Amino acid sequence: MTELPSVAVQEGGGLRRQALAATGQVIGRSVGRLVGFAMGLVDRPMKAIQRAIGAKRMPYVFLLPNFVFFGLFVFLPIAINVVFSVTGGTALFPSQRPFAGLDQYAYLFDCGSFLDPNSCREDHFWRGVANTAKFVVFQVTAMVLLSLLTAVILNMKIRGRGFFRAVYFFPVLLSPVVVALIWKWILQRDGLLNAAITTFGGQKILFFVDPGWAMFWAVFVSIWAHMGLYTLILLAGLQAIPSDLYEAAQMDATPRWRVFRRITLPLLWPNMIVVIVLSLIKGVQTFDEVFVLTGGGPGTATLMVVQYIYETAFSNQVQNFGLAAAASVVLGIVLFVLTLLQLAVTRQKER
Amino acid sequence: MKRFGVPLLFALMAGSAICSPVHAQTTLRMAWYSDGNEGEVLADLLKRFEEQNKDIKVILDQVPYKAINENLPVQLASGQGPDMARVVDLGGISRYTLDLTPYLKDTGYWNQNFGPFLQWMRPADDSKSIPGFMTQLTVTGPFVNKTLFEQAGVAMPGVRATWEDWAKATKDVAAKVQAPFPIALDRSGHRFYAVALAEGAKIFGADGQPVVVDEGFKRAAQMIYGWHKSGVMSKELWGSVSGTAYRGANEEFKNAQVVMYLSGSWQTSQFDKTVGNAFDWVAVPNPCGPGGCTSMPGGAGLVAIKSTKYPKEVARVMDYLASEPVLSEFYSRTLFVPGHLGLAKKGVDYPSASPQAKAALKVFSTQASEVAPLAFALQGYVNSRIIFNAVISRLGQAISGETTLDEAYKRITADVDQQMAERAKK
Amino acid sequence: MAASRLARFAGRRRGGSGAPLHWTDIAAYAYLALGCILMFGPVLWLVLSSFKTQGALLEFPPSLLPLAQVEVTVPGQPQPLPLFRVTLPDGSVRELAQLRRVGLVAQMVDPKDPSQQFRVALDKREPVRKMAFATENYTEPLERFAFLRFLGNSVFVTVVATLITLLINSMAAYALSVYEFRGKNAALLAVIGTLMIPITIILVPVYLVVTELGLVNSLWAVILPGAATPTGVFLLRQYMLTLPRDLIEAARMDKASEWQIYWRIVMPLTLPALAVLAIFSIMWRWNEFLWPLAVLTKTEVYTLQIGLNAFQGELQTQWHYLLAMTVVTLLPVALVFVFLQRCITTGIGSTGMK
Repeated sequence: MTELPSVAVQEGGGLRRQALAATGQVIGRSVGRLVGFAMGLVDRPMKAIQRAIGAKRMPYVFLLPNFVFFGLFVFLPIAINVVFSVTGGTALFPSQRPFAGLDQYAYLFDCGSFLDPNSCREDHFWRGVANTAKFVVFQVTAMVLLSLLTAVILNMKIRGRGFFRAVYFFPVLLSPVVVALIWKWILQRDGLLNAAITTFGGQKILFFVDPGWAMFWAVFVSIWAHMGLYTLILLAGLQAIPSDLYEAAQMDATPRWRVFRRITLPLLWPNMIVVIVLSLIKGVQTFDEVFVLTGGGPGTATLMVVQYIYETAFSNQVQNFGLAAAASVVLGIVLFVLTLLQLAVTRQKER
Repeated sequence: MKRFGVPLLFALMAGSAICSPVHAQTTLRMAWYSDGNEGEVLADLLKRFEEQNKDIKVILDQVPYKAINENLPVQLASGQGPDMARVVDLGGISRYTLDLTPYLKDTGYWNQNFGPFLQWMRPADDSKSIPGFMTQLTVTGPFVNKTLFEQAGVAMPGVRATWEDWAKATKDVAAKVQAPFPIALDRSGHRFYAVALAEGAKIFGADGQPVVVDEGFKRAAQMIYGWHKSGVMSKELWGSVSGTAYRGANEEFKNAQVVMYLSGSWQTSQFDKTVGNAFDWVAVPNPCGPGGCTSMPGGAGLVAIKSTKYPKEVARVMDYLASEPVLSEFYSRTLFVPGHLGLAKKGVDYPSASPQAKAALKVFSTQASEVAPLAFALQGYVNSRIIFNAVISRLGQAISGETTLDEAYKRITADVDQQMAERAKK
Repeated sequence: MAASRLARFAGRRRGGSGAPLHWTDIAAYAYLALGCILMFGPVLWLVLSSFKTQGALLEFPPSLLPLAQVEVTVPGQPQPLPLFRVTLPDGSVRELAQLRRVGLVAQMVDPKDPSQQFRVALDKREPVRKMAFATENYTEPLERFAFLRFLGNSVFVTVVATLITLLINSMAAYALSVYEFRGKNAALLAVIGTLMIPITIILVPVYLVVTELGLVNSLWAVILPGAATPTGVFLLRQYMLTLPRDLIEAARMDKASEWQIYWRIVMPLTLPALAVLAIFSIMWRWNEFLWPLAVLTKTEVYTLQIGLNAFQGELQTQWHYLLAMTVVTLLPVALVFVFLQRCITTGIGSTGMK
């Protein structure tokens, strides 16, 4: 692994690198050929189906496999979850669980004031919701801005561009648990960062005891881990912008900032949508990364709503599937509405 | 193509593993988690068993503890469990365990040596069945960095010293040697109750139902809360993670930053390895309070699972592993405190341990024989983990400053009530 | 101010003039250098740490390189003794071996002249250390665990799941982007509506479904449930919407079947988006932990992530093994990355993701 930089470093030359690239191509080509061969076999039956049902109905055939899986592993479970949410007890099979009506929902929403989690009976759920919202807002904003900045820099004419791209992309390959572990070791009381701080005469900072710091590092680490991919998507967009547009702007002596706003940003917008949507999805679903890093603490300052649901269903001695299901149904509805809203907004901006 | 062949080969291997030929042998599966080397030792013992019993094969499925704690109950509920499992939540799993009584060679041996612990593994209304045995008995107890005491020139409190005495002494030491943690306490319900029982928590009301927050409980909670305010304890353990997450101070103790670390017998082998000769550490008897000086017992048991198709074979494996010579070897190689009364009386020899580890294990073994009945009852109580989890979660919030101690009391009571009610719904 | 700088970056294109370094270039290099340290440093540190002994791993201040105390054999002593650099009362510094430590005082001996013994206060000595790689962190678990089996399972899951995901997601995306048909809006809504639902919150019902299908303890139980990702369909559809329609119309004129249009025209054009999805899928599958832990209970079907986390006990974690095995699980992805680095970083780039 330590060899990675040396392999990826220079853009030009290096027999070894060429050999590697060649091997990569060979692998790629053989996979491609194999898959191509398999797909060729599908050609005939597909033609027969098309003849039988007509081209008009072909989209259903294309949709079928995906929706069979969707049905089995997404829609059916969601339906079962709704059933779970109106039952109580600890039995696993819905048929053995006593009906509880809307009790679980009533319990979740038993709040003095919805603005103060402390006044809620199930305060952890509401704290989770609030923390997740905070996390997503900071994380997505910073992620988009930083990826944009990095993509713009990586798009400049600089030496060792390939190497730098690799460097920024590399953390994407690490598992969330590993990412969190590495940073936990760096940030803890006796970690690398505090060792550095004390070397420069500072005082050790207990990052995981302070709610502000804990949230900051949760956001930071999550950006560290995922920025590479978003940078890459934006970089792709930047490179697709025809250079004659810029040359024309240069001839007119248009100010740089205006070039960026009038040419770069609008043409980059489709990629920006992908980045925003993907990072939002990832942000909302965040669980193991933050959990391993901060344990949801201090107190409950970085407890995410997905962690709450998981713990309610699994970690407590009484595995409360009913309450967890109710919470996930509520979360699901909120997310559904938010997704639609967000798409509507981004669409509008697109126009 | 050649290179693509490697993953393909693996894929085929994986595929063939699923449909390997069936032998006349009975294959049993044991789910097992490890804190240290116990998985390795058990694998050795099982290999020996298989040599003597060619008709049985035991596959040891080594899993993370998380799988035992979170996934095993779901798997058992759906009928997908293993034949045997090493579990910690003995009460919670008790409804899935198999009574080995009809299959064992000598139930007298089991009752005589595992008697008091069997009660932990049984369902509430049952006082006869034999579900398994303790692979490890743990008792809580403090480890003290003796070298720090010597450096500070402070005398170590004696055998029947109270928690207050220790708090004062350790704070003194910490101030003189500039250690950040006078006292560290694992973020765990067991460890909290070691303090709470000393302070006189009664746990159960007159009707046998839990009354968690009583005078003794409040005294302990107040004391620990106060220690965080006065700097006797650092927020890093109790105040830094949420919910029921466990946090220990192994690293801090190893780096001589902790004067007194309330943890338990299971740490002995690790400290023996990691601390080495860097400083002198000793295990001391549990400090005292108005409620006595008892340790909180705990541990993990190997239990047989009801859904097994081969109860007879399972019993043969269990009989072998629980037999005195085998179990003695197991405890001695893992540096565990014996959960076997006969062995406890004789004393287990720990040849691989250093003198200070041996001394510590001796202290813990003595503590194990002096556990108060209430502590024993709490460990065996089916809903004990509900109580532990509520305490950790809510007390942690109070310590981190998110809520007050009074709010924490209310929420602990409410959490326990709610979860017990949920469990009672049929 | 910052904005104008950004704009200047944005305006600069590859292959520009060979002008002397502008200050923005220097700022860019500074940013990239910082990025190198931030992005790569932690990983490097993980690798170095994985070679430390159990004790050294927990040390403060942490040493960058794996170090171990030097031990010397002293005539007359049965075991090798640890070596220290000692400041003696007269101010001279010598390297002495420690015989034993009693309380705050260490009894030490000169290895060159064993007859010379010293009593030294603890704070007057410092261990002499040298670099030492604790390779047993790697060899011990590799010997004890069916590592190759776990690796095989992980590779199988990752490769098969990714192929299935790419195929069925792209088929669905193709239908939803190219055709108009009844129920299209409903299907779209279903995809978008489930975009943000993580499997973590429907774990129990999915477990029930998998149990009913009899898939528990088979690798398919890990592969199938996540194969149809709404994210994948969404991503691919977004991309396919930008493809020129006249290409498809021209193919229809040439009597190409719908499947051929999908396979021979749309798929090749969608490669950049497929690459992004493939990366997503590979990383997710390779690193997936919670779900496999729930459905796989037998050693034969364990994936690497389960095998590696078996070092996490109730009360203790064997960090030295865990870190070493983590590095081992990183190796295959790092290798794939080295091989496909070009395809990944420039492949997506050159075609342009619109």
